[in-house]
Amino acid sequence: MKLYNKPAHELHEMLVKKEISSVELTKAVLSRMDETEGKIHAYVTETRDEALKQAADADGKITRGEEIAYFEGIPGAVKDNICTKGVKTTCASKMLENFVPPYDATVMKHLEKVRPVILGKANMDEFAMGGSTENSAFYPTHNPWNVQCVPGGSSGGSAASVAAGSAIWALGSDTGGSIRQPASFCGVVGMKPTYGRVSRYGLVAFASSLDQIGPLTRDVTDCAHLLQAISGHDEYDSTSSASEVPDFSKALVQDVRGLKIGIPKEFFVKGMDADVEKAVRGAVDTFKELGADVREISLPHTEYAISVYYLIAPAEAATNLERYDGVSYGARVDGADVVEMMTKTRSEKFGEEVKRRILIGNYALSAGYYDAYYLKALKVRRLIKEDYDKAFESVDVIVTPTAPTPAYKIGEMTSDPLKMYLQDIYTVPLNLAGLPGISVPCGYSCEKLPIGLQIIGKPLDEATVLRAAYTYEQSQTFYKDMAETEAKV
Amino acid sequence: MAKVTQKDLDMVALLSRLEVAEQDKEKYLGQLDAFLQYVDNLAALPTDDVEPLAHVLPIHNVFREDEVRPSLDRTLALSNAPLQEDGYFKVPKILED
Repeated sequence: MKLYNKPAHELHEMLVKKEISSVELTKAVLSRMDETEGKIHAYVTETRDEALKQAADADGKITRGEEIAYFEGIPGAVKDNICTKGVKTTCASKMLENFVPPYDATVMKHLEKVRPVILGKANMDEFAMGGSTENSAFYPTHNPWNVQCVPGGSSGGSAASVAAGSAIWALGSDTGGSIRQPASFCGVVGMKPTYGRVSRYGLVAFASSLDQIGPLTRDVTDCAHLLQAISGHDEYDSTSSASEVPDFSKALVQDVRGLKIGIPKEFFVKGMDADVEKAVRGAVDTFKELGADVREISLPHTEYAISVYYLIAPAEAATNLERYDGVSYGARVDGADVVEMMTKTRSEKFGEEVKRRILIGNYALSAGYYDAYYLKALKVRRLIKEDYDKAFESVDVIVTPTAPTPAYKIGEMTSDPLKMYLQDIYTVPLNLAGLPGISVPCGYSCEKLPIGLQIIGKPLDEATVLRAAYTYEQSQTFYKDMAETEAKV
Repeated sequence: MAKVTQKDLDMVALLSRLEVAEQDKEKYLGQLDAFLQYVDNLAALPTDDVEPLAHVLPIHNVFREDEVRPSLDRTLALSNAPLQEDGYFKVPKILED
Protein backbone atom coordinates (compact mmCIF):
# COMPACT_ATOMS: atom_id res chain seq x y z
CA MET A 1 0.00 0.00 0.00
CA LYS A 2 1.20 3.49 -0.82
CA LEU A 3 2.42 5.53 2.13
CA TYR A 4 -0.01 8.35 1.37
CA ASN A 5 -2.95 5.98 1.78
CA LYS A 6 -2.11 4.82 5.29
CA PRO A 7 -3.68 6.12 8.49
CA ALA A 8 -1.54 8.15 10.91
CA HIS A 9 -1.36 5.41 13.55
CA GLU A 10 0.31 3.01 11.10
CA LEU A 11 2.66 5.71 9.86
CA HIS A 12 3.51 6.65 13.43
CA GLU A 13 4.54 3.04 14.14
CA MET A 14 6.63 2.99 10.96
CA LEU A 15 8.36 6.24 11.97
CA VAL A 16 9.08 4.93 15.46
CA LYS A 17 10.51 1.68 14.04
CA LYS A 18 12.57 3.77 11.57
CA GLU A 19 11.03 1.90 8.62
CA ILE A 20 10.38 5.26 6.99
CA SER A 21 11.44 8.83 7.64
CA SER A 22 9.11 11.79 7.91
CA VAL A 23 10.84 13.48 4.96
CA GLU A 24 10.25 10.36 2.85
CA LEU A 25 6.59 10.29 3.92
CA THR A 26 6.12 14.02 3.35
CA LYS A 27 7.67 13.75 -0.12
CA ALA A 28 5.35 10.84 -0.93
CA VAL A 29 2.32 12.92 0.05
CA LEU A 30 3.63 15.99 -1.80
CA SER A 31 4.10 13.97 -4.98
CA ARG A 32 0.57 12.66 -4.50
CA MET A 33 -0.50 16.29 -4.34
CA ASP A 34 1.27 16.86 -7.65
CA GLU A 35 -0.72 13.98 -9.17
CA THR A 36 -4.11 14.96 -7.77
CA GLU A 37 -4.29 18.73 -7.28
CA GLY A 38 -4.79 19.49 -10.97
CA LYS A 39 -8.13 17.70 -10.76
CA ILE A 40 -9.12 17.82 -7.08
CA HIS A 41 -8.13 21.38 -6.05
CA ALA A 42 -8.24 20.55 -2.35
CA TYR A 43 -5.75 23.26 -1.40
CA VAL A 44 -5.86 27.04 -1.47
CA THR A 45 -2.31 27.56 -0.20
CA GLU A 46 0.55 25.04 -0.12
CA THR A 47 3.39 25.37 2.41
CA ARG A 48 5.77 22.81 0.94
CA ASP A 49 9.10 24.26 2.11
CA GLU A 50 7.96 24.69 5.68
CA ALA A 51 6.47 21.16 5.54
CA LEU A 52 9.81 19.62 4.58
CA LYS A 53 11.53 21.55 7.37
CA GLN A 54 9.00 20.25 9.90
CA ALA A 55 9.55 16.73 8.56
CA ALA A 56 13.32 17.08 8.90
CA ASP A 57 12.86 18.25 12.51
CA ALA A 58 10.81 15.14 13.28
CA ASP A 59 13.46 12.93 11.67
CA GLY A 60 16.14 14.63 13.77
CA LYS A 61 14.29 13.68 16.93
CA ILE A 62 13.80 10.10 15.79
CA THR A 63 17.49 9.79 14.90
CA ARG A 64 18.44 11.11 18.33
CA GLY A 65 16.24 8.46 19.87
CA GLU A 66 13.75 10.96 21.30
CA GLU A 67 10.12 10.02 21.76
CA ILE A 68 7.73 11.46 19.15
CA ALA A 69 4.07 12.36 19.53
CA TYR A 70 1.29 10.56 17.67
CA PHE A 71 1.01 13.06 14.81
CA GLU A 72 4.62 14.17 14.88
CA GLY A 73 6.11 14.26 11.40
CA ILE A 74 2.80 13.23 9.80
CA PRO A 75 1.52 15.55 7.07
CA GLY A 76 -1.95 17.08 7.08
CA ALA A 77 -4.07 20.01 5.95
CA VAL A 78 -5.80 22.85 7.82
CA LYS A 79 -9.05 24.42 6.65
CA ASP A 80 -8.47 27.93 5.42
CA ASN A 81 -10.71 29.58 8.04
CA ILE A 82 -8.32 28.62 10.86
CA CYS A 83 -5.78 31.37 11.52
CA THR A 84 -2.19 30.35 10.87
CA LYS A 85 0.44 32.89 11.89
CA GLY A 86 2.36 34.13 8.87
CA VAL A 87 0.42 31.88 6.45
CA LYS A 88 -2.43 33.35 4.40
CA THR A 89 -5.90 32.56 5.75
CA THR A 90 -8.41 33.47 3.06
CA CYS A 91 -11.67 31.76 4.04
CA ALA A 92 -11.81 31.15 0.27
CA SER A 93 -13.02 34.74 -0.05
CA LYS A 94 -11.85 37.69 -2.13
CA MET A 95 -12.40 39.69 1.05
CA LEU A 96 -9.49 37.93 2.81
CA GLU A 97 -7.50 36.99 -0.29
CA ASN A 98 -4.33 38.60 1.12
CA PHE A 99 -4.98 38.27 4.84
CA VAL A 100 -1.95 37.00 6.78
CA PRO A 101 -2.93 36.42 10.42
CA PRO A 102 -0.54 37.95 12.95
CA TYR A 103 -1.40 35.15 15.41
CA ASP A 104 -2.20 31.44 15.56
CA ALA A 105 -5.60 29.94 16.36
CA THR A 106 -5.58 28.01 19.64
CA VAL A 107 -5.91 24.71 17.74
CA MET A 108 -2.67 25.56 15.90
CA LYS A 109 -0.99 26.18 19.26
CA HIS A 110 -2.22 22.75 20.37
CA LEU A 111 -0.93 21.16 17.15
CA GLU A 112 2.44 22.82 17.69
CA LYS A 113 2.83 20.64 20.77
CA VAL A 114 2.47 17.43 18.73
CA ARG A 115 4.48 18.90 15.81
CA PRO A 116 2.76 17.46 12.74
CA VAL A 117 3.80 18.48 9.23
CA ILE A 118 1.45 21.15 7.80
CA LEU A 119 1.10 20.87 4.02
CA GLY A 120 -1.14 23.87 3.50
CA LYS A 121 -4.57 25.40 3.79
CA ALA A 122 -7.62 23.54 2.50
CA ASN A 123 -10.29 24.93 0.17
CA MET A 124 -13.81 25.55 1.48
CA ASP A 125 -17.06 27.31 0.75
CA GLU A 126 -16.52 31.04 1.23
CA PHE A 127 -16.71 31.83 4.96
CA ALA A 128 -17.85 28.19 5.44
CA MET A 129 -21.24 28.98 3.92
CA GLY A 130 -22.28 26.07 1.73
CA GLY A 131 -22.32 22.32 1.47
CA SER A 132 -20.40 21.66 -1.73
CA THR A 133 -17.23 23.82 -1.79
CA GLU A 134 -18.63 25.34 -4.99
CA ASN A 135 -18.88 28.66 -3.14
CA SER A 136 -15.10 29.02 -2.91
CA ALA A 137 -14.19 32.35 -4.51
CA PHE A 138 -11.18 30.64 -6.13
CA TYR A 139 -12.28 27.27 -7.59
CA PRO A 140 -14.48 24.36 -6.60
CA THR A 141 -12.94 21.25 -5.05
CA HIS A 142 -13.75 17.95 -6.76
CA ASN A 143 -14.61 14.61 -5.15
CA PRO A 144 -11.72 12.08 -5.40
CA TRP A 145 -14.21 9.20 -5.85
CA ASN A 146 -15.70 10.86 -8.91
CA VAL A 147 -14.30 14.17 -10.08
CA GLN A 148 -17.64 15.13 -11.66
CA CYS A 149 -19.08 15.28 -8.13
CA VAL A 150 -18.80 17.75 -5.27
CA PRO A 151 -16.78 16.72 -2.20
CA GLY A 152 -19.43 18.20 0.09
CA GLY A 153 -18.75 21.22 2.22
CA SER A 154 -17.95 23.51 3.61
CA SER A 155 -14.80 21.57 4.65
CA GLY A 156 -14.63 20.04 1.15
CA GLY A 157 -10.91 20.63 0.68
CA SER A 158 -10.13 19.00 4.03
CA ALA A 159 -12.24 15.89 3.26
CA ALA A 160 -11.02 15.60 -0.35
CA SER A 161 -7.36 15.86 0.65
CA VAL A 162 -7.71 12.99 3.15
CA ALA A 163 -9.66 10.91 0.61
CA ALA A 164 -7.23 11.60 -2.25
CA GLY A 165 -4.08 10.92 -0.25
CA SER A 166 -2.87 14.51 -0.49
CA ALA A 167 -3.10 14.70 3.32
CA ILE A 168 -3.11 12.03 6.02
CA TRP A 169 -5.35 14.07 8.33
CA ALA A 170 -7.10 17.42 8.20
CA LEU A 171 -8.83 19.96 10.40
CA GLY A 172 -12.23 21.27 9.40
CA SER A 173 -14.97 23.32 10.99
CA ASP A 174 -18.63 22.45 11.39
CA THR A 175 -21.44 24.99 11.80
CA GLY A 176 -24.31 22.92 10.35
CA GLY A 177 -22.61 19.75 9.11
CA SER A 178 -19.50 21.15 7.42
CA ILE A 179 -17.20 18.39 8.73
CA ARG A 180 -19.61 15.45 8.79
CA GLN A 181 -21.26 15.89 5.37
CA PRO A 182 -18.01 16.17 3.36
CA ALA A 183 -16.65 13.21 5.37
CA SER A 184 -19.74 11.29 4.24
CA PHE A 185 -19.35 12.38 0.58
CA CYS A 186 -15.61 11.56 0.51
CA GLY A 187 -15.66 8.27 2.47
CA VAL A 188 -13.58 9.49 5.41
CA VAL A 189 -14.19 9.92 9.14
CA GLY A 190 -15.21 13.38 10.37
CA MET A 191 -16.21 14.53 13.83
CA LYS A 192 -17.91 17.61 15.22
CA PRO A 193 -17.07 17.75 18.93
CA THR A 194 -19.45 19.02 21.61
CA TYR A 195 -19.86 22.79 21.42
CA GLY A 196 -17.15 24.18 23.71
CA ARG A 197 -14.86 21.13 23.59
CA VAL A 198 -12.44 22.75 21.12
CA SER A 199 -11.49 26.43 21.30
CA ARG A 200 -12.89 28.68 18.59
CA TYR A 201 -10.19 31.32 19.16
CA GLY A 202 -8.69 32.09 15.76
CA LEU A 203 -11.44 30.33 13.82
CA VAL A 204 -12.89 32.98 11.50
CA ALA A 205 -16.38 33.40 12.93
CA PHE A 206 -19.43 32.34 10.91
CA ALA A 207 -22.18 31.60 13.48
CA SER A 208 -20.58 31.77 16.90
CA SER A 209 -23.16 29.75 18.85
CA LEU A 210 -22.84 26.86 16.36
CA ASP A 211 -19.21 26.77 15.09
CA GLN A 212 -16.82 23.99 16.19
CA ILE A 213 -13.45 22.84 14.85
CA GLY A 214 -12.93 19.09 14.44
CA PRO A 215 -10.89 16.32 12.79
CA LEU A 216 -11.18 14.61 9.39
CA THR A 217 -9.18 11.38 9.23
CA ARG A 218 -8.74 7.97 7.59
CA ASP A 219 -10.24 6.07 10.49
CA VAL A 220 -11.75 6.39 13.97
CA THR A 221 -8.42 5.73 15.72
CA ASP A 222 -6.83 8.77 14.08
CA CYS A 223 -9.98 10.78 14.78
CA ALA A 224 -9.78 10.06 18.52
CA HIS A 225 -6.12 11.04 18.66
CA LEU A 226 -6.53 14.23 16.64
CA LEU A 227 -9.50 15.23 18.78
CA GLN A 228 -7.32 14.65 21.84
CA ALA A 229 -4.64 16.94 20.44
CA ILE A 230 -6.96 19.90 19.84
CA SER A 231 -9.39 19.67 22.80
CA GLY A 232 -9.31 21.58 26.03
CA HIS A 233 -10.28 24.72 27.87
CA ASP A 234 -9.05 28.04 26.49
CA GLU A 235 -9.30 31.34 28.32
CA TYR A 236 -9.33 33.12 24.94
CA ASP A 237 -12.73 31.55 24.09
CA SER A 238 -15.41 32.52 26.61
CA THR A 239 -17.60 29.63 25.44
CA SER A 240 -14.84 27.07 25.94
CA SER A 241 -15.82 24.20 28.24
CA ALA A 242 -13.90 23.85 31.49
CA SER A 243 -14.68 20.12 31.64
CA GLU A 244 -11.78 17.75 31.83
CA VAL A 245 -10.80 16.10 28.54
CA PRO A 246 -10.83 12.31 28.90
CA ASP A 247 -8.27 10.02 27.30
CA PHE A 248 -10.11 9.33 24.04
CA SER A 249 -7.80 6.45 23.10
CA LYS A 250 -9.44 4.49 25.96
CA ALA A 251 -12.68 4.68 23.96
CA LEU A 252 -11.16 2.65 21.13
CA VAL A 253 -12.56 -0.69 22.26
CA GLN A 254 -14.67 -3.06 20.23
CA ASP A 255 -17.67 -3.41 22.44
CA VAL A 256 -21.22 -2.18 22.00
CA ARG A 257 -22.90 -4.97 23.98
CA GLY A 258 -25.81 -3.48 25.82
CA LEU A 259 -25.17 -0.01 24.38
CA LYS A 260 -28.56 1.65 23.93
CA ILE A 261 -28.84 3.03 20.40
CA GLY A 262 -31.76 5.22 19.34
CA ILE A 263 -33.01 5.33 15.76
CA PRO A 264 -35.15 8.47 15.22
CA LYS A 265 -38.20 7.59 13.17
CA GLU A 266 -38.39 11.15 11.81
CA PHE A 267 -35.04 10.66 10.03
CA PHE A 268 -36.25 7.74 7.91
CA VAL A 269 -38.93 9.19 5.72
CA LYS A 270 -40.69 8.16 2.55
CA GLY A 271 -38.76 9.28 -0.48
CA MET A 272 -35.33 9.14 1.13
CA ASP A 273 -32.48 8.02 -1.10
CA ALA A 274 -32.69 4.22 -1.49
CA ASP A 275 -28.92 3.63 -1.37
CA VAL A 276 -28.55 5.75 1.77
CA GLU A 277 -31.45 4.00 3.48
CA LYS A 278 -30.07 0.56 2.61
CA ALA A 279 -26.55 1.37 3.84
CA VAL A 280 -27.75 2.96 7.08
CA ARG A 281 -30.28 0.22 7.85
CA GLY A 282 -27.50 -2.29 7.19
CA ALA A 283 -25.33 -0.52 9.74
CA VAL A 284 -28.18 -0.56 12.27
CA ASP A 285 -28.51 -4.34 11.75
CA THR A 286 -24.76 -4.67 12.30
CA PHE A 287 -25.08 -2.88 15.63
CA LYS A 288 -27.83 -5.34 16.61
CA GLU A 289 -25.61 -8.29 15.66
CA LEU A 290 -22.80 -6.79 17.72
CA GLY A 291 -25.04 -6.87 20.78
CA ALA A 292 -26.31 -3.30 20.93
CA ASP A 293 -29.79 -2.60 22.25
CA VAL A 294 -31.39 -0.80 19.29
CA ARG A 295 -34.67 0.99 19.78
CA GLU A 296 -36.84 3.46 17.89
CA ILE A 297 -37.01 6.97 19.32
CA SER A 298 -38.82 10.16 18.35
CA LEU A 299 -37.34 13.63 17.76
CA PRO A 300 -40.64 15.34 16.97
CA HIS A 301 -39.30 18.81 16.08
CA THR A 302 -36.89 17.56 13.39
CA GLU A 303 -39.04 19.03 10.63
CA TYR A 304 -38.35 22.54 11.96
CA ALA A 305 -34.56 22.21 12.17
CA ILE A 306 -33.77 23.64 8.72
CA SER A 307 -35.92 26.71 9.31
CA VAL A 308 -34.41 27.32 12.73
CA TYR A 309 -30.86 26.82 11.51
CA TYR A 310 -31.24 28.99 8.42
CA LEU A 311 -32.60 31.85 10.50
CA ILE A 312 -30.10 31.65 13.38
CA ALA A 313 -26.92 30.95 11.38
CA PRO A 314 -27.43 33.82 8.89
CA ALA A 315 -28.46 36.17 11.72
CA GLU A 316 -25.23 35.43 13.57
CA ALA A 317 -23.27 35.58 10.30
CA ALA A 318 -24.73 38.96 9.34
CA THR A 319 -23.52 40.29 12.68
CA ASN A 320 -20.11 38.59 12.59
CA LEU A 321 -19.42 39.72 9.03
CA GLU A 322 -20.05 43.38 9.87
CA ARG A 323 -16.34 43.52 10.67
CA TYR A 324 -15.46 43.34 6.96
CA ASP A 325 -15.73 47.05 6.37
CA GLY A 326 -12.48 47.80 4.54
CA VAL A 327 -10.91 49.46 7.59
CA SER A 328 -8.77 47.25 9.81
CA TYR A 329 -8.01 44.23 7.63
CA GLY A 330 -9.19 42.53 4.47
CA ALA A 331 -9.90 44.08 1.10
CA ARG A 332 -10.92 47.68 0.47
CA VAL A 333 -12.57 49.19 -2.59
CA ASP A 334 -12.27 52.97 -2.60
CA GLY A 335 -15.30 55.23 -2.42
CA ALA A 336 -16.04 58.95 -2.11
CA ASP A 337 -16.93 58.69 1.57
CA VAL A 338 -16.69 56.05 4.26
CA VAL A 339 -20.16 54.57 3.69
CA GLU A 340 -19.58 54.28 -0.05
CA MET A 341 -16.17 52.70 0.59
CA MET A 342 -17.71 50.10 2.93
CA THR A 343 -20.63 49.36 0.61
CA LYS A 344 -18.42 48.96 -2.45
CA THR A 345 -15.94 46.80 -0.53
CA ARG A 346 -18.62 44.44 0.72
CA SER A 347 -20.55 44.31 -2.57
CA GLU A 348 -17.50 43.53 -4.68
CA LYS A 349 -15.58 41.25 -2.31
CA PHE A 350 -18.28 39.00 -0.85
CA GLY A 351 -19.54 36.16 -3.03
CA GLU A 352 -23.20 35.55 -3.84
CA GLU A 353 -24.03 33.02 -1.12
CA VAL A 354 -22.38 35.13 1.59
CA LYS A 355 -24.39 38.16 0.48
CA ARG A 356 -27.58 36.10 0.39
CA ARG A 357 -27.04 34.96 3.98
CA ILE A 358 -26.19 38.46 5.20
CA LEU A 359 -29.44 39.70 3.63
CA ILE A 360 -31.47 36.85 5.18
CA GLY A 361 -29.81 37.41 8.55
CA ASN A 362 -30.35 41.14 8.66
CA TYR A 363 -33.92 40.67 7.45
CA ALA A 364 -34.63 38.22 10.28
CA LEU A 365 -33.07 40.62 12.79
CA SER A 366 -34.66 43.82 11.53
CA ALA A 367 -37.35 45.78 13.32
CA GLY A 368 -40.78 44.37 12.60
CA TYR A 369 -39.51 40.89 11.70
CA TYR A 370 -37.33 40.08 14.73
CA ASP A 371 -40.11 38.42 16.75
CA ALA A 372 -41.56 36.46 13.86
CA TYR A 373 -38.26 35.11 12.62
CA TYR A 374 -35.19 35.36 14.85
CA LEU A 375 -36.90 35.14 18.24
CA LYS A 376 -39.23 32.41 16.99
CA ALA A 377 -36.22 30.43 15.77
CA LEU A 378 -34.54 30.73 19.18
CA LYS A 379 -37.66 29.35 20.86
CA VAL A 380 -37.92 26.40 18.51
CA ARG A 381 -34.18 25.83 18.98
CA ARG A 382 -34.99 25.07 22.62
CA LEU A 383 -37.70 22.59 21.59
CA ILE A 384 -35.21 20.82 19.33
CA LYS A 385 -32.63 20.65 22.11
CA GLU A 386 -35.27 19.31 24.50
CA ASP A 387 -36.11 16.53 22.00
CA TYR A 388 -32.50 15.35 22.28
CA ASP A 389 -32.36 15.80 26.08
CA LYS A 390 -35.43 13.59 26.36
CA ALA A 391 -34.12 10.99 23.89
CA PHE A 392 -30.84 10.75 25.78
CA GLU A 393 -32.71 9.83 28.96
CA SER A 394 -33.27 6.40 27.41
CA VAL A 395 -30.42 5.92 24.90
CA ASP A 396 -26.62 6.33 24.90
CA VAL A 397 -26.18 7.32 21.26
CA ILE A 398 -28.41 8.08 18.27
CA VAL A 399 -27.67 6.66 14.83
CA THR A 400 -28.82 8.34 11.59
CA PRO A 401 -27.68 8.95 8.02
CA THR A 402 -25.17 11.82 7.77
CA ALA A 403 -26.60 13.20 4.54
CA PRO A 404 -29.81 12.42 2.65
CA THR A 405 -27.91 11.57 -0.56
CA PRO A 406 -24.43 10.58 -1.72
CA ALA A 407 -22.30 13.26 -3.44
CA TYR A 408 -24.14 15.01 -6.26
CA LYS A 409 -22.83 16.47 -9.50
CA ILE A 410 -21.03 19.80 -9.55
CA GLY A 411 -23.50 22.50 -10.60
CA GLU A 412 -26.57 20.37 -9.85
CA MET A 413 -27.79 22.40 -6.88
CA THR A 414 -26.34 25.86 -7.40
CA SER A 415 -29.42 27.43 -8.97
CA ASP A 416 -31.68 26.61 -6.02
CA PRO A 417 -30.27 27.69 -2.64
CA LEU A 418 -33.26 26.34 -0.70
CA LYS A 419 -32.83 22.86 -2.19
CA MET A 420 -29.19 22.99 -1.09
CA TYR A 421 -30.21 24.04 2.45
CA LEU A 422 -32.58 21.06 2.75
CA GLN A 423 -29.57 18.75 2.34
CA ASP A 424 -28.53 19.69 5.88
CA ILE A 425 -31.53 18.13 7.62
CA TYR A 426 -29.59 15.38 9.46
CA THR A 427 -26.62 17.48 10.53
CA VAL A 428 -27.94 20.89 11.69
CA PRO A 429 -29.83 19.65 14.78
CA LEU A 430 -26.52 18.70 16.46
CA ASN A 431 -25.17 22.23 16.09
CA LEU A 432 -28.43 23.70 17.37
CA ALA A 433 -28.29 21.38 20.40
CA GLY A 434 -24.49 21.55 20.82
CA LEU A 435 -24.06 17.77 20.57
CA PRO A 436 -21.05 15.76 19.37
CA GLY A 437 -21.41 13.68 16.21
CA ILE A 438 -19.24 11.61 13.92
CA SER A 439 -19.61 10.42 10.34
CA VAL A 440 -18.09 7.05 9.47
CA PRO A 441 -18.24 5.28 6.07
CA CYS A 442 -21.04 2.67 5.96
CA GLY A 443 -21.33 1.69 2.31
CA TYR A 444 -21.62 2.86 -1.26
CA SER A 445 -24.29 4.00 -3.66
CA CYS A 446 -24.90 2.03 -6.84
CA GLU A 447 -22.55 4.54 -8.48
CA LYS A 448 -19.81 3.60 -6.00
CA LEU A 449 -19.98 6.87 -4.08
CA PRO A 450 -19.40 6.67 -0.31
CA ILE A 451 -22.24 6.91 2.21
CA GLY A 452 -21.75 8.05 5.80
CA LEU A 453 -23.33 6.94 9.06
CA GLN A 454 -23.84 9.61 11.70
CA ILE A 455 -23.51 8.70 15.39
CA ILE A 456 -24.70 11.37 17.84
CA GLY A 457 -23.77 11.51 21.53
CA LYS A 458 -24.67 13.29 24.74
CA PRO A 459 -22.92 16.60 25.46
CA LEU A 460 -19.22 16.02 26.25
CA ASP A 461 -19.62 12.27 25.67
CA GLU A 462 -17.43 11.99 22.57
CA ALA A 463 -15.95 8.85 24.16
CA THR A 464 -19.14 6.80 23.72
CA VAL A 465 -19.56 8.12 20.17
CA LEU A 466 -16.00 7.05 19.37
CA ARG A 467 -16.52 3.61 20.95
CA ALA A 468 -19.65 2.97 18.87
CA ALA A 469 -17.94 4.29 15.73
CA TYR A 470 -14.79 2.24 16.32
CA THR A 471 -16.73 -0.96 16.99
CA TYR A 472 -18.78 -0.52 13.84
CA GLU A 473 -15.76 0.46 11.73
CA GLN A 474 -13.74 -2.56 12.82
CA SER A 475 -16.63 -4.91 11.97
CA GLN A 476 -16.55 -3.67 8.36
CA THR A 477 -13.92 -3.17 5.66
CA PHE A 478 -15.03 0.25 4.37
CA TYR A 479 -12.26 2.10 6.16
CA LYS A 480 -9.70 -0.14 4.46
CA ASP A 481 -11.35 0.42 1.06
CA MET A 482 -11.09 4.07 1.66
CA ALA A 483 -7.47 3.99 2.63
CA GLU A 484 -6.49 1.66 -0.22
CA THR A 485 -8.60 3.17 -2.96
CA GLU A 486 -6.58 4.70 -5.71
CA ALA A 487 -8.49 7.90 -6.15
CA LYS A 488 -9.68 8.02 -9.73
CA VAL A 489 -7.62 10.94 -10.87
CA MET B 1 -48.61 36.01 -2.11
CA ALA B 2 -45.10 37.39 -2.00
CA LYS B 3 -43.83 37.85 1.53
CA VAL B 4 -41.13 40.30 0.65
CA THR B 5 -41.19 43.43 -1.49
CA GLN B 6 -38.62 45.39 -3.45
CA LYS B 7 -38.74 47.99 -0.69
CA ASP B 8 -37.88 45.35 1.97
CA LEU B 9 -34.92 44.17 -0.09
CA ASP B 10 -33.63 47.74 -0.55
CA MET B 11 -34.00 48.37 3.19
CA VAL B 12 -32.14 45.23 4.23
CA ALA B 13 -29.40 45.80 1.61
CA LEU B 14 -28.87 49.29 3.04
CA LEU B 15 -28.67 47.87 6.58
CA SER B 16 -26.14 45.30 5.33
CA ARG B 17 -24.03 47.87 3.46
CA LEU B 18 -24.55 45.82 0.32
CA GLU B 19 -25.49 46.98 -3.12
CA VAL B 20 -27.68 44.56 -5.05
CA ALA B 21 -27.12 45.09 -8.77
CA GLU B 22 -30.25 46.01 -10.71
CA GLN B 23 -30.09 42.83 -12.81
CA ASP B 24 -29.79 40.63 -9.67
CA LYS B 25 -32.69 42.18 -7.76
CA GLU B 26 -35.38 39.91 -9.15
CA LYS B 27 -33.31 36.80 -8.46
CA TYR B 28 -32.55 37.78 -4.86
CA LEU B 29 -36.17 38.76 -4.30
CA GLY B 30 -37.41 35.40 -5.57
CA GLN B 31 -34.91 33.46 -3.48
CA LEU B 32 -35.60 35.46 -0.35
CA ASP B 33 -39.32 34.99 -0.86
CA ALA B 34 -39.01 31.21 -1.39
CA PHE B 35 -36.92 31.06 1.77
CA LEU B 36 -39.43 33.03 3.84
CA GLN B 37 -42.29 30.88 2.55
CA TYR B 38 -40.36 27.81 3.70
CA VAL B 39 -39.48 29.05 7.20
CA ASP B 40 -43.11 29.98 7.70
CA ASN B 41 -43.61 26.40 8.95
CA LEU B 42 -42.45 27.74 12.32
CA ALA B 43 -45.42 30.09 12.60
CA ALA B 44 -47.92 27.31 13.30
CA LEU B 45 -45.91 25.92 16.21
CA PRO B 46 -47.14 27.25 19.58
CA THR B 47 -44.17 28.70 21.50
CA ASP B 48 -45.75 31.23 23.87
CA ASP B 49 -44.40 29.43 26.93
CA VAL B 50 -40.99 28.57 25.47
CA GLU B 51 -37.90 30.47 26.57
CA PRO B 52 -35.63 31.42 23.66
CA LEU B 53 -32.33 29.49 23.53
CA ALA B 54 -29.47 31.62 22.23
CA HIS B 55 -26.76 29.37 23.54
CA VAL B 56 -26.59 25.68 24.49
CA LEU B 57 -24.11 25.89 27.34
CA PRO B 58 -25.06 27.10 30.81
CA ILE B 59 -22.25 29.63 30.73
CA HIS B 60 -22.12 33.18 31.99
CA ASN B 61 -19.75 36.09 31.72
CA VAL B 62 -16.16 35.15 32.40
CA PHE B 63 -14.35 37.59 34.67
CA ARG B 64 -10.67 38.08 35.42
CA GLU B 65 -8.54 40.67 37.16
CA ASP B 66 -8.05 43.80 35.07
CA GLU B 67 -4.29 43.65 34.83
CA VAL B 68 -1.95 44.66 32.05
CA ARG B 69 -0.79 41.74 29.93
CA PRO B 70 1.27 41.50 26.79
CA SER B 71 -0.84 41.95 23.65
CA LEU B 72 -0.38 42.09 19.91
CA ASP B 73 2.31 44.51 18.82
CA ARG B 74 0.83 47.59 17.09
CA THR B 75 2.81 47.11 13.89
CA LEU B 76 1.52 43.55 13.66
CA ALA B 77 -2.03 44.61 14.47
CA LEU B 78 -1.88 47.12 11.62
CA SER B 79 -0.13 44.75 9.23
CA ASN B 80 -3.31 43.80 7.35
CA ALA B 81 -4.82 47.30 7.20
CA PRO B 82 -5.70 48.43 3.69
CA LEU B 83 -4.42 51.91 4.57
CA GLN B 84 -2.58 53.20 7.63
CA GLU B 85 -0.80 56.33 8.77
CA ASP B 86 1.19 57.14 11.91
CA GLY B 87 0.02 54.01 13.70
CA TYR B 88 -3.65 54.52 12.85
CA PHE B 89 -6.12 52.94 10.44
CA LYS B 90 -6.88 55.45 7.69
CA VAL B 91 -10.38 55.85 6.25
CA PRO B 92 -12.02 58.31 3.84
CA LYS B 93 -13.38 61.52 5.31
CA ILE B 94 -16.35 60.95 7.65
CA LEU B 95 -17.27 64.49 8.73
CA GLU B 96 -18.36 67.29 6.42
CA ASP B 97 -16.14 70.41 6.27
